[in-house]
Amino acid sequence: MSNETWKITFLVSRQKAQESRQFQSFEMDVDPDEYVLDGIERIWAFRDRSLTYRHACHHSTCGACGMVINGVEKLTCITPIRSVTSNGGTIKVEPLRNFPVTSDLVVDMRQFYTHLEEARFGQVAPVEEACLPFEKQQIADPSSTYERLVDCIECGLCISACPSALTSSSYLGPAILAAAQQGYMQSKDLQLTHWVDSHDGVWGCHSAFECSEVCPSNVEPGWRIMDMRKIIIARRVRSFFGRT
Amino acid sequence: MTNPPSPSHFWRWFDPRNRQVGTWAYILNRITALGLTLYLALHLVALSQLAQGAAVYDNFVALAHNPVFKVGEMLVIAAGLIHGLNGIRIALNSFGIGARLQKSSFLMLMLFALAGIGYFGFIMFFGE
Repeated sequence: MSNETWKITFLVSRQKAQESRQFQSFEMDVDPDEYVLDGIERIWAFRDRSLTYRHACHHSTCGACGMVINGVEKLTCITPIRSVTSNGGTIKVEPLRNFPVTSDLVVDMRQFYTHLEEARFGQVAPVEEACLPFEKQQIADPSSTYERLVDCIECGLCISACPSALTSSSYLGPAILAAAQQGYMQSKDLQLTHWVDSHDGVWGCHSAFECSEVCPSNVEPGWRIMDMRKIIIARRVRSFFGRT
Repeated sequence: MTNPPSPSHFWRWFDPRNRQVGTWAYILNRITALGLTLYLALHLVALSQLAQGAAVYDNFVALAHNPVFKVGEMLVIAAGLIHGLNGIRIALNSFGIGARLQKSSFLMLMLFALAGIGYFGFIMFFGE
């Protein structure tokens, strides 16, 4: 923490039930090395207890505190105030895009979680399967086998940033497609390739790669979608020549 | 609630604010595609002048030497180069080739497009 104090304005999206969205302004003195989530929590604690938002772990593991900060999807618990504004500046806080708003900064992610379960990817996997193929693997003892948690923290930032998800509610979205790719790499289950081989699946992606830009957890959904396309095309070519 | 996905949000495809290189490529591809589609329609209208006889067509061709038309043709060349080169990148990415290099490959191909636009511009405006 620094000894500086900044005076900034939080512009927070407020929306209850079927009401239209409004922005409420909160001027605050903050330490610029605090995180955006700290500011939001202080608004809730000392200024307005009716503000609703999601958070849990405070260290980018749970993926609950994803929001749109000054137009960009961020995990607010690891986004320093200094990185998104300056002294005297404004932080505009909005709920994730492309999800229905339940209340204020909370969005309804039920369909997202349901689809993730359908992707059937193992949350814990051998290191080789959990890592991206071009990623440097950190293994203490190469003669032993290790497992680790896979990278996706199910925050939904990629879906919020995706231009295809912006206009189609049936499009599965980057996190789901990346999970399907990971599930396929783990299980070689052909049902997963059939599931995503559609316009609402991997072919709905328009290659803007915003998902990979905003992902806070090294999942590279854009690369995984393209890899899944490659797998599907390879299977089609093989089946055209009568090979399985 | 305006937040859930909706086809009516399509205009935000063209909003580059706070987005990265991939979105700029995405926007450029859509704008150039619309431009080329408009050009195709105009091109067919121009060709249809032939049906009205040689004199009518010759008059139209003479009109096409107007500098405004030349700028229009320049835009068509620019759109063709940008859309074509970016399209090759997207097609390769879609086959899993070079997806990790999508940003640098886009920038490199746009440099090629810029060079092509400069070359054709020089020929069109200063050639002969």
